[in-house]
Amino acid sequence: MTIKTSNHAVSRRKALLGLGAGASALATTGLMPGTMGFAQAQSSSPIKIGFQKHATGIGAAYGRWYDATTTAAVQRINDSGGINGRPVEIVTEDDGTDPSRGAEALEKFEKQHSCDVAFGTLFSHVVIGSAPRAAELKLPYFVVSEGHHVASGMLNRYTLQPGITDVKSQVVSMAPFIAGNLGKKVTMIFPDFAFGHDHRDFFTQAIEAQGGEVVAKIAIPPTETSFTRYFPSIPRETEVIYHVMVGPAVLTFVKEMGEFFGPSRPEIFGFIDSLEAVGIDSPGLEFLEGTYFWEGMPRHVQGNQSDVEKTYRAAVGCDDRGASIDDPADVSTYAHMFGCWETLNVIKAGMEAADYQGPQDRTKLIEAVEAMTDMPESLDHPQGAKLFNGKTHQVFGQQFISKVVDGKLAVEHVTTIEEGLYEDEVDYTTQPF
Amino acid sequence: MTVARKINALHFGILLFLLICFFTLPAYHVGALSRIMVLAIYAIGLNILFGYTGLLSLGHAMFFAAGMYGLGLSIKFLGVSVVLAFGIGILSAAVLSALVGLLALRTAGVSFMIVTLMFAQTVYLVVLYFGEFTRGDEGFVLQQAERMLAGFDVTTEAGRYFVAFGAFSICLIGFSALVQSSFGKRLVAIRENEERARMLGYDVWRYKLLAVIISGTVSGAAGALYALLFGYVGATFASVQYSILPLLWVLLGGAGTTIGPLIGVAFMFYLIDASSAYTSAYMLIAGLALVVLTMFAPRGIAGILRTKVSPWLP
Repeated sequence: MTIKTSNHAVSRRKALLGLGAGASALATTGLMPGTMGFAQAQSSSPIKIGFQKHATGIGAAYGRWYDATTTAAVQRINDSGGINGRPVEIVTEDDGTDPSRGAEALEKFEKQHSCDVAFGTLFSHVVIGSAPRAAELKLPYFVVSEGHHVASGMLNRYTLQPGITDVKSQVVSMAPFIAGNLGKKVTMIFPDFAFGHDHRDFFTQAIEAQGGEVVAKIAIPPTETSFTRYFPSIPRETEVIYHVMVGPAVLTFVKEMGEFFGPSRPEIFGFIDSLEAVGIDSPGLEFLEGTYFWEGMPRHVQGNQSDVEKTYRAAVGCDDRGASIDDPADVSTYAHMFGCWETLNVIKAGMEAADYQGPQDRTKLIEAVEAMTDMPESLDHPQGAKLFNGKTHQVFGQQFISKVVDGKLAVEHVTTIEEGLYEDEVDYTTQPF
Repeated sequence: MTVARKINALHFGILLFLLICFFTLPAYHVGALSRIMVLAIYAIGLNILFGYTGLLSLGHAMFFAAGMYGLGLSIKFLGVSVVLAFGIGILSAAVLSALVGLLALRTAGVSFMIVTLMFAQTVYLVVLYFGEFTRGDEGFVLQQAERMLAGFDVTTEAGRYFVAFGAFSICLIGFSALVQSSFGKRLVAIRENEERARMLGYDVWRYKLLAVIISGTVSGAAGALYALLFGYVGATFASVQYSILPLLWVLLGGAGTTIGPLIGVAFMFYLIDASSAYTSAYMLIAGLALVVLTMFAPRGIAGILRTKVSPWLP
């Protein structure tokens, strides 16, 4: 679906007012840099960013909130003068959460809409299926996928992930907390496909480095709808259950795990991916009380909420529980969607550093982003400070470990950026454009 | 003009039209046509079995995936040339279709549909199970440098288009020759009345098996070509969705016609492309179009042409 989101109509009105007011108005615009920017944008065409959206298919819940976050981020960018004095326009195409349609979306961005860059999308198979076309089209492709595919070297120089950490970094940084606080003998329950295998492989190494061990690895086939028969496979010696179930059956998984263990259970640690867009206080999830979750960004407002987080939360339209302000039943994908916000700000910073004027400057934009390193916590990066690795095209940042207390996710621990670092597996900067 | 000449003129006319499209259409549509031609080859594969032999497979994605993974894995792990990898992809699909045919043809009708669906699901789960090699649902990329076809760069727009065009041309002409041959006519005879074909002395089972193998191999060639031209190999293409899609294309275009697969793929592609500009419920529109066509034109677009305009259409 093609949707054009732009604020430049409003911007132009403001700019015209500013021009009409003459010299005295210029003084006024000096007090309002955003308006100054729009005055420059008056003679400039918008910068078009193609947004590959999971509007339909299994990723639709993510797509909806990625869209809301993108709209909010673009509103803020345009309100502060756009990019290089030009307004930003988002061109949205549904990728159907399908790799083939994902690649087609990139073709439309380049050939039909004349977009400057492409951005968005979570599911790894869509990113991996689209990335070859991005390179062939020479279209910078900024993904918000958290997959390890970018940093693993599988993709290409035109594909970057500067707004969200990857699964390897997330998993590696969880191990010290788990081994130090929950237990050293871990049973892993994961879906038997690539996402689950990444967790299995990365966490096994990471927990062993902390002196722990994985005592059982229980792979659940992706077509499974009932899980009771798997629970007897959990060894008695298990101190921690590590689960990363995803998909519509996750509620059944939690419910059946609760019925199996009853009141006496080992410690339980999971990834919130399982329960994104699902209220943690939903009926049937009572068993999760007292268990732990990884969160990319805390869904529930914490006691020490920063001004930056407060502003960001309001901008994307979420209440204290991470649900829509307009509909408390509409829970967001808060742990991931900040990646859209931050990625758009990286694109802005990169374009400004490269003095981006048009598609002829795409390689300069990529080089400008590759040159980035530290990204301090700010309204551009509300999730926290980041460290970008230009060689691997992957950003690193802090992670949150939250405990379910009284039906709320309370942050127990925040990892450091350093805990999530690992050795480079690729140097994209050596690849020609 | 004889019927044979009319048929040849139609097919070469279509190919000429596709050739002209490359030089006249905007870049987006040139790229879209590359994809359409590859998927039309896939639909031709299904059409041989469904449209001409009367065997409805609900699991053709397994053959498409066999070709795709045959090519992709042999490049990734064996480092073989693209030409050899393409051959391995086609051979993989041929072997799989022979195995499936040997087993599935013990059944008929609805049972055949269910058995092919189950085999396809098995292939899909095998792809996920061996995720260490296949990267499961994520799939893997074939890098640009790995996709040189005998020195010819298929990653450019022109390279991709002409490889797709060449392959489609071979398939369309070969398909046309096949269905007009005595072998093709025997397949139609089996479709129309299997018992009568058997009574006339034809080894029906053997012909059906050959139809499954040819159908699966052509579909596998399309899968290998897709991986080569678009640089991605993934389990999505082995999923049930990609077994249903070619069936829709063939039904829309016209089952049992040589030009139906191309028409069906192009119609569906542009229907989704156009409707998705207005609504996220574009699949509903596609579904409605299918219902309307099934109700008012059950033989598909080419089927209408055959009934109303050109009864000689093959």
